Amino acid sequence: MNGLERHTIAVLVDNEPGILARVVGLFSGRGYNIESLTVAEVDRRNSLSRITIVTSGTRMIIEQIKAQLQRLVPVHKVLDLTDEGPFVEREMMLIKVEGKGDVRIEALRLADIFRARVVDSTIESFVFELTGSAEKLNAFIALMEPLGLVEISRTGAVAISRGTTSL
Amino acid sequence: MSAEPISGADIVIKALVDQGVDVVFGYPGGAVLPIYDALFKQNALRHILVRHEQGAVHAAEGYARSTGRVGVVLVTSGPGATNAVTGLTDALMDSVPIVCLTGQVPTHLIGNDAFQEADTTGITRPCTKHNYLVKDVRDLSRMIHEAFYVAKSGRPGPVVIDLPKDVLFALGPYSHPEDARHKSYRPQVIPDQARVAQAVEMITAAKKPLFYGGGGLINSGAEACAGFTEVVRRTDAPCTLTLMGLGAFPAADPHFLGMVGMHGTYEANMAMHDCDLLIAVGARFDDRVTGRLNAFSPGSKKIHIDIDPSSINKNVRVDLPIVGDVGQVMAAMLETSPRAGAGLDRSEWWRHIEEWRAQDCLRYDRSCRGVIKPQYAIERLYALTRGHDVYVTTEVGQHQMWAAQFFKFDKPHHWMTSGGLGTMGYGLPAAIGVQIAHPEALVVDIAGEASILMNIQEMSTVAQYRLPVKLFILNNQYMGMVRQWQELLHGGRYSESYTAALPDFVKLAEAFGANGRRIENPAEMDDAISWMLKTPGAVILDVAVDPKENCFPMIPSGAAHNEMLLGPKDEAEQPVSEEGMVLV
Repeated sequence: MNGLERHTIAVLVDNEPGILARVVGLFSGRGYNIESLTVAEVDRRNSLSRITIVTSGTRMIIEQIKAQLQRLVPVHKVLDLTDEGPFVEREMMLIKVEGKGDVRIEALRLADIFRARVVDSTIESFVFELTGSAEKLNAFIALMEPLGLVEISRTGAVAISRGTTSL
Repeated sequence: MSAEPISGADIVIKALVDQGVDVVFGYPGGAVLPIYDALFKQNALRHILVRHEQGAVHAAEGYARSTGRVGVVLVTSGPGATNAVTGLTDALMDSVPIVCLTGQVPTHLIGNDAFQEADTTGITRPCTKHNYLVKDVRDLSRMIHEAFYVAKSGRPGPVVIDLPKDVLFALGPYSHPEDARHKSYRPQVIPDQARVAQAVEMITAAKKPLFYGGGGLINSGAEACAGFTEVVRRTDAPCTLTLMGLGAFPAADPHFLGMVGMHGTYEANMAMHDCDLLIAVGARFDDRVTGRLNAFSPGSKKIHIDIDPSSINKNVRVDLPIVGDVGQVMAAMLETSPRAGAGLDRSEWWRHIEEWRAQDCLRYDRSCRGVIKPQYAIERLYALTRGHDVYVTTEVGQHQMWAAQFFKFDKPHHWMTSGGLGTMGYGLPAAIGVQIAHPEALVVDIAGEASILMNIQEMSTVAQYRLPVKLFILNNQYMGMVRQWQELLHGGRYSESYTAALPDFVKLAEAFGANGRRIENPAEMDDAISWMLKTPGAVILDVAVDPKENCFPMIPSGAAHNEMLLGPKDEAEQPVSEEGMVLV
């Protein structure tokens, strides 16, 4: 019962000022972990946003996090994707690599293997766009490190359940 | 929608009146002048002018807790709002329904560090149940109605509405409360019937059940408390209450074991430790109740009935959670449960309890002549106020615990104390709110001389409205609970806990147009209390009590329920553990 579990939680909220501060404040105020957090409007007509939070904690803490999120007044729904069956989780990254000659060619070759797209290029640099699981992104970062990695920007995870079920 | 657009300030007044508000506790200032102007022109709302915004919130809490209605506060921007923060946090911790209107600088100045600007919604976000910043007058009436709905439904709490000054001047439409329905907030009030049935079965099967009721019962109302009382009696189980729950079950009933927790009774804490089924009703397993968590009620199954799902499994794992309004759950239990005492044999359990009771854990040294024991003072206050409709508020500290131990409550809504936050300075403004709500009742603030000074300016409010509140000060010249902990944990080094320059409370009373009297001898006790009760208007009775008296029984920090200190002798034998030292 004391083992740490990693959970991906989707939260549907009213898109109103301060909602993100409310959610983040809840996590910091109660000492919960945030591995990543993403937010964007998903329903313009009803002004709803979806927050995806990746967090870790004991089972008891995870249950608390969900109950506390549910308690926020502008929260419509809380779904623990990790508990509710199979789901797809993706993250996007932009990664800048600097180099000339062989290392540059090697970076491009590896990018191809990872199906990363080149979204910007100069004679001495590339910006790659890569989408996938956090592990895949981490693996790509590790490969780029000796090849002139200079900057990374990651979105954090977004996730959705597989099959016909919806939030 | 009303046809004619009206000003934001008029919308505020109209919305409050439509919500059934009759009194507002507040303090004016630049940003809320339009509302004060609108208040001036009407007669439906009464405004009570406090002397500090913290006092306004506590007064509204006293009003809310003694009536079961929403308390309303009106303060200005900047310092008005920041001064209200302690009160709001107090209301959040104790689940008191409050709507607090704060002024704000005009919308075009927000973020410019304008005069008396503070990020009120930012500051109050963690200390309110919800808050609003109204940026458009067209949202104003809806947000106010929503705020009342949020404040009083589910687990109640404080809601702030931040009102920029230009919004108060702007003209806009008014919408009625019935047009407002919150988009998403729907707390679960009706319990799952199957779980209720399972709970009844568990209670019937238990050999050593114990009911543990809390403030949720009071919040749910008198009917919920009556239902709880009936359930306890029908199942012939013992019952204990938290500090916040006092009054939810009649103290005179033999099923009642007294308060539970750090300064609860021996029988209540031992029963909690030894029971085989613990039924928590509107209580939240606070650390003052549980003591050391890994030794908490080790042999029991646990049922937790609460309206707030986040209270369940927060501190203590329970076997059967029931989410719902405790009043509804009690009613459902009574429908499902067998008639009184059918086939129940609790005699063995009661025999144990009677043994614990025989310890007489609240005993104190009555032999001292010439020194007033604080326990004695409260005992006499209790005895001499029988026959009055008496409401008690307290400050925070030893006097509060003695009041909880020695003043007995038979009805809900008559006991107002700061439980969760432990706010010194709560009692006097709370007493003001109670007295405003119940002008004919006897309202006593059982206070300590240190706490009372934290909001003593409210004596001016008492004077202005000629409120007959009685301040019963147990004056031991120390921050008594601090002193007690320093004695137990810090080698008797009484660092800064002695008040060297106390005011003359009799003269202080007189300065505010009230009556004051000081007593130092137990022989004067009854006469002084009778004098206090029959003196019209506000009274300060300054009772000089034994400065060295400690509050027992006590579960020291980091100890379990069966490791209570019953008196000074135990204290010497069982020093507090090092783990206990770091706990609060």
